[in-house]
Amino acid sequence: MPEYTLKVRRYQPESGQPAYWQEFKVDLDPDLSVLDGLLQVRDRQDGSLVVRCSCRAAICGSCGTKINGQSTLACKTQIGEAHERANRRSAAGIAGSDGGESPIVVEPMANMPVVKDLVTDMESTHWAKIRRVTPWLIPEGDPPEREYVVPPESMIDVTQSVSCIQCGACVSSCLSMEADPEFIGPAALAKAYRFVGDPRDAQTRQRLYDLAQDPHGIYDCTHCFSCIDACPKDVAPMDQIMRLRRIATRDHGITDINNGHRHEAAFTKIIQKKGTLDESLLLQESYAQGIAGKLKPSMGAIAGLVGSIPTAVRGVRTGKMRSLTKLIPGVHKKLPGDAQEHVQRVYEHAEEHREELNLYIAGEEEIAPEPDEEEAATPEAEVEPEPDEVGER
Amino acid sequence: MSALKLAYWPGCVSRGFTPELHGSMAVVADRLGIELVELDRANCCGAGVIAEHNQELADTLNARTFALAQGTGLAMMNICSTCQGAQSECQQRLDADSAYRAHINEALSDEGIEYVKDKDGFTNKNFLWVLAEDYGLDELKAKVARPLAGLRVGPFYGCYVIRPRSRIGYDEHPERDLYLEQVIEALGGEVVEYDGARKCCGFPVITMNRETSLRQAGTHLADALDAGADCLVTPCPLCHLNLDMQQPEAAKLAGRELGLAVLHLPQLVGLALGFEPDELGMGKHIASTEWVEERLTGAVPA
Repeated sequence: MPEYTLKVRRYQPESGQPAYWQEFKVDLDPDLSVLDGLLQVRDRQDGSLVVRCSCRAAICGSCGTKINGQSTLACKTQIGEAHERANRRSAAGIAGSDGGESPIVVEPMANMPVVKDLVTDMESTHWAKIRRVTPWLIPEGDPPEREYVVPPESMIDVTQSVSCIQCGACVSSCLSMEADPEFIGPAALAKAYRFVGDPRDAQTRQRLYDLAQDPHGIYDCTHCFSCIDACPKDVAPMDQIMRLRRIATRDHGITDINNGHRHEAAFTKIIQKKGTLDESLLLQESYAQGIAGKLKPSMGAIAGLVGSIPTAVRGVRTGKMRSLTKLIPGVHKKLPGDAQEHVQRVYEHAEEHREELNLYIAGEEEIAPEPDEEEAATPEAEVEPEPDEVGER
Repeated sequence: MSALKLAYWPGCVSRGFTPELHGSMAVVADRLGIELVELDRANCCGAGVIAEHNQELADTLNARTFALAQGTGLAMMNICSTCQGAQSECQQRLDADSAYRAHINEALSDEGIEYVKDKDGFTNKNFLWVLAEDYGLDELKAKVARPLAGLRVGPFYGCYVIRPRSRIGYDEHPERDLYLEQVIEALGGEVVEYDGARKCCGFPVITMNRETSLRQAGTHLADALDAGADCLVTPCPLCHLNLDMQQPEAAKLAGRELGLAVLHLPQLVGLALGFEPDELGMGKHIASTEWVEERLTGAVPA
């Protein structure tokens, strides 16, 4: 059986010592998991190693861990694969990697306090935030005599966010939360969508308004895709946050104090008019939209615009913005010829339909093989496996 | 190697607040022998923001750009991680469903264009991917006239060329999140490892949560400086806006001096090809690039 090296971040608070790294060698089939490796360490080498786990089958969500820097479930990460990933730098011939074997690095989840070794305290940055989004149904009127009845198809949409197993991997990976610990975060916002998208809930608008107005709400997400990579269940929390934004602005016309709606509306309108982005206009319109916004700007708009003046002045000085088209909002050129009219046509068509294709639900369509080719469909044409069967990516 | 000819989408920011990117790409492509056919009728990718408003609109706008590129019969190249990410996301939906694709193409019919999912798939690659996969790092190495010896460079990818893993093409190209390191080495520079190389610059929330945004930029700049970097290099002009243009503001929030040069990928390549910093528009940066120049003039020419 192959031997692997696990480099584990240890922390034993009762010792009074700071955290440290410790390497362990384990013998394991490559198909087994990093969790199996950790349990082998605990059983055979060091009974003091603290690991949290239960089902070992990516169902309970207990073993959230960082493996080679990636937040994930230890039970869903094959040790052979983790070993390959650890060695990618040396395999790619990057200097400083010394060409030798690199250990598999195992750390506790980030963005939360460590209790001991690989066990984190999820209360403050996970559970408290989940409670923050009112994670229960608030229907209107008297409850029905028996269960609430809804057409099954109206619930398909929330199945993706329902798949969450509360492991905290997305919270651990969140780069916004790293900069702003108050950010409500990917897990809780995905949970919020679970109720916003539920046809039985009667507080949709109130939920959205609350999350849009919160400075640490839906507009605090930097769109970095980390949570999508971390999630072992394909919940794609960031996608759910973008849907919350879409529904808040488009369906409920919610204008927030964080410039979220104004920024999106200004951006969309500029491309409709100009085809490419007029950055000066975007900046101006994101803070103070239209004539009314400029005649009676809010305190936030004034602060935002004044705050961006030093940056603009520096830009003019270096030549970055030394032209009228860049400095004066609205002077930016349209696309050449009739191209802008065609962009306009694209807008008309798309605004009329507003279709949303969610590949988690729709899947990728199977493509029939070319008639003159014997080989089967190409790999990318394969149908997405069921969410529960999706392997570590 | 046969000459490389590509349909070229420069994006908005490279012609807006980072004109030095567009300019340096042009001279570098010329010196490398890459012919770029600019898609001057193409539109903004939406940067993920238009998709927040209307997903179909973002998909159609990008289908239009792809269709214009397909009209040239060439593969497409971009010079912006954000364009890459927003466009790849739309392409995934367009390629996944023929009925949806047909619906989107309706909007393009007036212009007489159509996005076609051909057998090999439509190719749209960031300059970084083109360098590593199509041009070739050995070929690049052979073109180096002034190795970046002694220059300590921190890579900064930008989220959209490395995540999400399910969309970025790691099955076929497993080293896509290591290319910057490989390019830096091919140019003779020294890779600086620091915590922020694959993190977010914070730009997408600069107008929504300025503090979160600038804290991210400031942290990565400070980490790179502490790791001994002379400069950063990025394939994303939006990262450049937050790391360079906003650097003085990020420094205020971080409560420390920063002053770290941030180069666009074509600028770093251009320096190694022998161009002078002025020819690459490095004087247009907010954070001074003088330190980089001093390092290089001390280096032994090849």
